[in-house]
Amino acid sequence: MGKTLRTRATPGLAGSLLGGMALFVAFPHAHAAAPATNVENGRYLARAADCEVCHTAEGGTPYAGGRAFSLPGVGVMYAPNITPDKTAGIGAWTDQQFVDAVRKGVSPGWKHLYPAMPYPAYARMSVAQVRDIRAYLATLAPSPQKTPENALRFPFSVRGLMVFWNLLNGPAATYADDPGKPAEWNRGRYLVEGPGHCGDCHTPRTATFGLDNSHALGGNVVNGWRAYNLTSDRQSGLGAWSDEDLARYLATGHADGHGTAAGDMADVVGHSLRYLSVQDIHAMVVYLRGLPPYRTAADMVEHTTPPAGDAALPQTTRGARLYAATCAGCHMPDGAGRQSSFGTITGARSLGADNGRNLVRILVQGSGMQTTTGVQVMPHFVGGGLSARDLADIASFVMTHFTTATPQDMEQRVRNAQQAAKP
Amino acid sequence: MTTPTPRQPLHQSPRQLPGRTPLQSPASRRQLMGAGGGLLLATFWPAPRGGRAQGEPRPEPGMLAGPARGVFAPNAYIRIATDNRITLILPNVEMGQGIYTASVMLIAEELGIDMAQVDIEAAPPGAGAEITGGSTSVMTEWLPLRQAGAAARSMLVQAAATRWRTRAEDCTTRSAMLIHVPTGRTLPFGAVAAQAATLPVPQKPALKDPATYTLLGHSQHRMDSALKVEGRAVFGMDIQVEGQKTGTVAACPVEGGTLADMNRAAALAVRGVRAVLVNPSNTAVCVVADHYWAAHKGLRALRLQWHPGPNAHVNTQTLYEQLHEGLHGPAIVASAKGDASAIIAHASATHTATHTATHTATYQQPLLAHAPMEPINCTAHVRPDGCDVWTGTQVADRAQATAAELTGLPKDRVAVHCQYIGGGFGRRLEHEYVTQCVEFARQVPYPLKIIWSREEDLTRDRYRPAYVDQMTAALDDRGFITALTHRIVGPAVVARWDPPELTKDGYDEDLSVATLVTPYTYPAYRLEFARREAPGIVTAWWRGVGGTRGLFVVEGFIDELAHRAGADPVAYRRAMLAQNPRALAVLDKAAQAAGWGTPLPPGRARGVAVQFAFGSYMASIAEVEMPEPDAVMIHRVTAVVDCGRVLNPDQVVSQIEGGLIFGFSAALYNEITLEGGRVQQNNFNTWRVMRMNETPRKIDVLLMPSTEDPGGIGEVGTAAAAPVLANAMAAAQGRRYRTLPLLSARNGANGTEQG
Amino acid sequence: MPSLNINGQDHLVDVDPDTPLLWVLRDVLGLNATKFGCGIAQCGACTVHMDGRAVRACNLPVGLIGAGRISTLEGLDPADPVAKAVQAAWVALDVVQCGYCQPGQVMAAIALLRAVPHPTDEQIDSAMSANLCRCGTYMRIRAAIHHAAGALA
Ligand code: FES
Ligand code: FES
Repeated sequence: MGKTLRTRATPGLAGSLLGGMALFVAFPHAHAAAPATNVENGRYLARAADCEVCHTAEGGTPYAGGRAFSLPGVGVMYAPNITPDKTAGIGAWTDQQFVDAVRKGVSPGWKHLYPAMPYPAYARMSVAQVRDIRAYLATLAPSPQKTPENALRFPFSVRGLMVFWNLLNGPAATYADDPGKPAEWNRGRYLVEGPGHCGDCHTPRTATFGLDNSHALGGNVVNGWRAYNLTSDRQSGLGAWSDEDLARYLATGHADGHGTAAGDMADVVGHSLRYLSVQDIHAMVVYLRGLPPYRTAADMVEHTTPPAGDAALPQTTRGARLYAATCAGCHMPDGAGRQSSFGTITGARSLGADNGRNLVRILVQGSGMQTTTGVQVMPHFVGGGLSARDLADIASFVMTHFTTATPQDMEQRVRNAQQAAKP
Repeated sequence: MTTPTPRQPLHQSPRQLPGRTPLQSPASRRQLMGAGGGLLLATFWPAPRGGRAQGEPRPEPGMLAGPARGVFAPNAYIRIATDNRITLILPNVEMGQGIYTASVMLIAEELGIDMAQVDIEAAPPGAGAEITGGSTSVMTEWLPLRQAGAAARSMLVQAAATRWRTRAEDCTTRSAMLIHVPTGRTLPFGAVAAQAATLPVPQKPALKDPATYTLLGHSQHRMDSALKVEGRAVFGMDIQVEGQKTGTVAACPVEGGTLADMNRAAALAVRGVRAVLVNPSNTAVCVVADHYWAAHKGLRALRLQWHPGPNAHVNTQTLYEQLHEGLHGPAIVASAKGDASAIIAHASATHTATHTATHTATYQQPLLAHAPMEPINCTAHVRPDGCDVWTGTQVADRAQATAAELTGLPKDRVAVHCQYIGGGFGRRLEHEYVTQCVEFARQVPYPLKIIWSREEDLTRDRYRPAYVDQMTAALDDRGFITALTHRIVGPAVVARWDPPELTKDGYDEDLSVATLVTPYTYPAYRLEFARREAPGIVTAWWRGVGGTRGLFVVEGFIDELAHRAGADPVAYRRAMLAQNPRALAVLDKAAQAAGWGTPLPPGRARGVAVQFAFGSYMASIAEVEMPEPDAVMIHRVTAVVDCGRVLNPDQVVSQIEGGLIFGFSAALYNEITLEGGRVQQNNFNTWRVMRMNETPRKIDVLLMPSTEDPGGIGEVGTAAAAPVLANAMAAAQGRRYRTLPLLSARNGANGTEQG
Repeated sequence: MPSLNINGQDHLVDVDPDTPLLWVLRDVLGLNATKFGCGIAQCGACTVHMDGRAVRACNLPVGLIGAGRISTLEGLDPADPVAKAVQAAWVALDVVQCGYCQPGQVMAAIALLRAVPHPTDEQIDSAMSANLCRCGTYMRIRAAIHHAAGALA
């Protein structure tokens, strides 16, 4: 339902949003959206819920499905085509069927959707809001693209099992606003826990793949990437970030002193968060701020201040030489970023956290993020004369140059990441 | 005679280029002269090879003409205008090798002018000789350019002597002045240029005694240094003609595939995009826009889908398997001396437990890309009445012929404007990008510049072929060769590039460079060639195909034999070079300069290679350190070169330095691999190039004094790089390196290649 | 429409904000000294100065430049001692071969010498290894930087 949004647009609330307005001025790349119609509200929510990323194959038609999710030990699943095509897409579905799919994980014919679809989170959205999303999806060009069959291993291939999963971890329902909290906190909670489904990545999973809500948003490993701790712990979470930095990071994918979003988070920013209104970003910040601190060792990292200037790289180790040749062109010897602010990596958690897990991932897979100034690309460096050992040396150099971390077994890390990155 | 159009100097701001270049009119000497009259002297440079269309008469090198007539088709000119401006119009292209500088030195030496007094223009195609490649430029122009300079000088001197009513012997030239020695009277060249032009052209003008040279043999600064350092040199990439649009191209990533589908509307919706063009064979798409970035975005928006075609299954492994398979079965015998096979058979039959009298090794080399720093580009304007092409090419003549064929225009309506080349390395001996550009430009009314992204440049390159070589030697008691067989398996590049050059047996003689033609002589020898064309890929020249391929194999093998004989690698080679004083001299000097045999810091080792290729001798020694088996640091390289008479010593040094580094890059990193018919490397993140912090701290290049005719130098350093490095690494690690790239996993731990 | 300060002049350029500076320089403003080599900040052919620092124009969307002052090889002050010394050293040592990478090398070297007037080999390697040269002129670039530093002493 568009009600929350419309309320938030009233002059009465404007005063309390001044902080947000100031932020808006600060990052010209952020979009401010003010959905008026159902379709526009649906588009806004589809973005807030990040539908496009999962329902689009790499390089494929948006929303036409086909993106593969390989879950270790489970198999490969393909996100379906959700364009209005009558056979390949969801054109023949009724609104109710769509709402059930999004909120209950049940598709026409009572096929249970696997929890790769975050319907437990989406259930936080109201029926009216989900209908708006449907209204928006109905405006897309129908794509006849067929979704490949899932290739799941037993017992996961038995969809009926999902009934039990749902009983254990099952869909939640819309929240009632907590009257004891400010409106923006409630709005933030809705965005983070609902359409934003942040917990799907950032909350550890239980043995049955449900979210371990005792450590909600406490950090997790997803698709081999570390989704960092979002709680207010100062060392391993967001506790030491300023509100402004956090808002900037969410809205643009980058904040100086914290680096640039990469991997799946870059997709989240590029396709979802950057379209949220300044007010909504602010609400998310308010909510995240209120999360009780929870410490995760993996996310701890202590940064150092390396010397600045192009001439400052010691040319004594292989890692340092490779950094000068392949990395410094964008990141500078001290990580300050050369041309674009997106290349500023100073203070980024990935420089040292979790034994360089994300750092290695980025080197091996690269990363790209859609921004208002184009796709910001970090190319990958696999093949063509850079061995696993070379990448490991780069990673080790980065970890010791920018942080106090002690790299361990980096070459194996690189090999694992290379293995995982293979199609 | 073919006639050049009036041309822009190569350093003129490209912004000033007219949208429509005046078309070439019928042969007119006047046009070449410009308005002022004066002296125009034409000469002919021979093509290194393959430049002529079949059946065309081949002029003698060095033929000179005043007002040229008849079939003589000159391609180089000296123009001395009445206002004393001196212009050289040269058919060879400058791609970094310093050819303009060397050419000017040759002419200026004989003519009596200062280098700074000369302007250079690129000659238009037409005489069938515009091939720059194979390290042949200096070799081929050595005589004709000096003759041209001397002829012009003699004509000017004669004209001045007539004016002064004195004897020609009393006159001399200096700094473009005619000087009457007894009286000290002077005249600028321009003052008598018109009279000189009426005199007969001496066909065999007297040349200077080399002992009196003031330019040749003394290091001269490059003519193009300041231009390039100030960013004023106009490369093909920099061409901007009035009304031009810019396109970027994607060809099917699998050779032989075709376009299946694209979202044309999405590309056209990108701001600035003007057109989406498809080539006639449906294998490539060009998005045309106001500027490159819009074209690039448009190309992405197309979401191209391809039918991969018949080569979709090709991968690196299939390629190597096919090559290894060629080690068995029939082959062409390219050369034979004695009965090498019989001697080897006998030797292996008589081996004892302690003494094997034969040695066999198999070498393997990968596909290599060129990736010159200037990505492939070309600009063409096709009109009903003519066509202009601006590009960097090593084969302007072929480009012109192709453009004429595609447009249906007569050749004299097609002008190819050669630009500075941002790196050739053999890549621009291909002109398929000119073909592609003209095919697209025909579809639009405006001048079209196509720029390949680096990704397109690397994935749609025409690659240096992969090869497998096998050598077997029979050895005497001291471990020296009594007979040698050598089989090469791989493509014959010349078969596609210049079919008539393939021998009647089907042999590509380029493969003999540094293989059959070595500083060594063997009592018995047999060279075989099993031709295997690479499937799903186009192979081409690359900075010394035969020489770089051959030298790695031969010098690696000789090094193995030295090791096997327990001999010092320099001493072993010395013993084999007794009959070859030039080779011996460079080796001795290199050994001495590099301190061969002197102790090294711990962890370091030296390797050596000796070569005779492209008309030049070189011995090189590398000093390396391998802190770990997968890491190599090249500390120092010493190279001693005997390339005959040295024209511009510092530029020889520069070419050797650069050639070595280019070659080290290839030896360590530049491999191209295929998967599903697609090239897997696509930009400098996945295709590594040697960087400054990996280059040796020290490269010493020493030149031998010589009065022999000049040899080529552009490919000499490149050829040495892989063998000298591999041999040093072998010394460091106590194992052989028979596969490139040297650190690849395919180089098995025991030194055998894994294919 | 982004406004850019290039070589001391303001230009309004009618391009999308995601357009890299490189293509604005070359295709819109006709400043061709800055070269295209890779487009992904891996070769340095497109090196220009932004507020005196060496940056890669191919990877700098004009929308991010803001008030940054850009200078290109064309815009070097001929009286600037560092620029002069670097260009003179390049000519004196005949560094160039094909020359295509050299505008980027020269711009990188100028920025280096402004920051570190007398760099050691190691410092030169540190600063210059991100600039590729396929012709392999690295030895001479290193020497020319020392030469220029000496001339400025
Ligand atoms: S073109 Fe910008 S770094 Fe290569
Ligand atoms: S001089 Fe040719 S790439 Fe550097």
